[in-house]
Amino acid sequence: MATLSDPPAESFKLSMLIYDTRYRAVTFQIMALIAFLTLIGWLISNTAQNLADLGKEPSFGFLFEPAGYDINQRLVEYNNQDSHLRAAFVGLLNTLLVAFLGCVTATVIGVIVGVLRLSGNWLVARVMTVYVEMFRNVPVLMWIVLAMAILIESLPAPRDFRGDNATASMSVFDSVAVTNRGVYIPEPLFSRSLGDLPVGGAFNISLDLVAFLVVLAGGLFLSGRIRARADAQQEATGVRPTTWYLRLGAVLVPVIAVLIALGFHLGYPELKGFNFQGGTYMRNSLIALWLALSLYTAAFIAEIVRAGILAISKGQTEAAGALGLRPGRIMSLVILPQALRVIIPPLISNYLNLTKNSSLAIAVGYMDLTGTLMGITLNQTGRELETVLLGMLIYLGISLAISALMNWYNSRVKLVER
Amino acid sequence: MKKSVFFGAMTVAGLAAGAAAAGTLDDVKARGKLNCGVTTGLTGFAAPDANGEWAGFDVSVCRAVAAAVLGDASAVEFVPTTGKTRFTALASGEIDMLARNTTWTFSRDVDLKFTFVGVNYYDGQGFMVPKELGVSSAKELDGATVCIQTGTTTELNLADFFRANNISYEPVPIETNAEAQQQYLAGACDVYTTDASGLAATRATFEDPTAHVVLPEIVSKEPLGPLVRHGDDEWGDVVRWSLNAMIAAEELGVSSANVADMSASAGNNPEINRLLGTEGNLGEMLGLSADWAKNIIASVGNYGEVFEANIGESTPIGLARGLNAQWTDGGLLYTPPFR
Repeated sequence: MATLSDPPAESFKLSMLIYDTRYRAVTFQIMALIAFLTLIGWLISNTAQNLADLGKEPSFGFLFEPAGYDINQRLVEYNNQDSHLRAAFVGLLNTLLVAFLGCVTATVIGVIVGVLRLSGNWLVARVMTVYVEMFRNVPVLMWIVLAMAILIESLPAPRDFRGDNATASMSVFDSVAVTNRGVYIPEPLFSRSLGDLPVGGAFNISLDLVAFLVVLAGGLFLSGRIRARADAQQEATGVRPTTWYLRLGAVLVPVIAVLIALGFHLGYPELKGFNFQGGTYMRNSLIALWLALSLYTAAFIAEIVRAGILAISKGQTEAAGALGLRPGRIMSLVILPQALRVIIPPLISNYLNLTKNSSLAIAVGYMDLTGTLMGITLNQTGRELETVLLGMLIYLGISLAISALMNWYNSRVKLVER
Repeated sequence: MKKSVFFGAMTVAGLAAGAAAAGTLDDVKARGKLNCGVTTGLTGFAAPDANGEWAGFDVSVCRAVAAAVLGDASAVEFVPTTGKTRFTALASGEIDMLARNTTWTFSRDVDLKFTFVGVNYYDGQGFMVPKELGVSSAKELDGATVCIQTGTTTELNLADFFRANNISYEPVPIETNAEAQQQYLAGACDVYTTDASGLAATRATFEDPTAHVVLPEIVSKEPLGPLVRHGDDEWGDVVRWSLNAMIAAEELGVSSANVADMSASAGNNPEINRLLGTEGNLGEMLGLSADWAKNIIASVGNYGEVFEANIGESTPIGLARGLNAQWTDGGLLYTPPFR
């Protein structure tokens, strides 16, 4: 016997969208979404309308016109008759170069400083504290400008190297010239070069470099195999065979063989005319930017590393000590591997910061993406909206790529929970 | 629903844009102030003086327009612009005119949709090198390191010059004149290149100006002048003839010292009478008062006075009139007749 009748079929009324708690949240969210989209739509249409009124319809055609200006640091072929697009590409490569160099250096310095800040040695720990506080608390632009000013004012000009009573001379067996325009170092040259491989007409890849890298990777792989065998043998017998000379040979012998086969020699810089010629020229704009960005970001990384280490309980250190490990090995084998899972996520955002801060390069005249596409190209073509939008998109792309890479690394090193 | 809101927004935007496109002359009169774009600071051309008042050669053009339109040379709101922001500021209507030693070029005039109303300084790009280098011509600069201000036409001229002469160079792009000076003096670059007037102004500030030479080659024409937006011809006329009035006044011998006497009653030179509004109705044609040109000359001075006071030979900048002399003195200043 049914004691309960069916509940009355509920009819949906429009007012329920507001008064019924089941729908209210959704209603408000949809309203907010509409308001947001309207705002975006208004901004876009307003911009388009105003530009049309000025007779400046957005167009990216200028990218294919000749740029007309020169860029000093070119990682790929470029002359002033190439297109604005090509100039932007040259700038992009310069951005990537300084970002890469900066991230590597900042990580090395940051880890060392972070560990040393926890040192038992009072003096070392205090010096590192001063370093961190100094660099963290002054805007990075100041450091970039200061580094550049020091390089320009304190180093000798190329003309000081000239003549019989020269006041400056080259260092490291006359192979390195340190001037206030930059540092000239010997460059690797190959007398039996394999030539270049053009990639899609955009740039050339040196086959010498490819050969060198392939052989090096092969050597490292072989060395890894030897180590794996030694590990297996140690597991089985308890005795670890001595393999260091095998592993060293596996890496070095093929590499040296390839270098000899290609006719490797060094090209030294020489003073000719107004400047040094030959060798690899690292402009002081690159050095200043690299140095300042690395030291600045390293201060943040040091703090992240310190926090990561402090997050590991002291019991770990004591336990490792009780097992007889020396302090250096406790740090590298026990503490740091565990600290990495705390360190990596904030490290990613510091890499991103460094990359974005590299857009301050124009302060020292380093021709990065901001200097070419959003600097000279913007000025010469008057296409502010297009160049800035394009520049933002590219920076966004770089940042997303870096964080994708680092997230992948993070998922590999993070603690596996059971 | 979303769509209709979107169209509604578009309509509002269209109306707002339409309202902004009214005549600039009326806007300025209604506002009672002229918004004039100038440099962020270049001694002699536009820089705040010790009292915080803007002064300089370009600033005088702004003041002249304000005097003509509003009768008050001080009714100017100076908007400092950089090489990068100047065109955006003008195109967007943030400023009414731009007087910022800007080179009149084809693409700026045609492609960027601006109207250059005249030339207030004829300049050209030159090179400065230390004397000890022993260079006597820019063609001997093969392989030299050249300091250059980025974002200016000089960058393109430099590339063209070296390409035409088939010699190489290493450009060092620099943001401001002050930084360029520092790098040049420290020997981080062999050569400094910019407009010849800028080189003269820069060299004047050196400890030992005689240790540096400006090479004879002038590699480009740099006609610098005030500009306005395309499409508002009435406003363009006002700015153009304000500048012309200053030039004509010098040619006709009208200066801030004698303008009061000359404008008191019609004299015997009909062109002066038309200029000063004692004869004819030129002011009315422009939509201004009859004494518009008198106000300019009385409060700002004629072209020659402005030149001498700001960048002439008696100032630290020490520029000779050169190309900027009246056509009667062998220069290029030649204003169309006031009739």
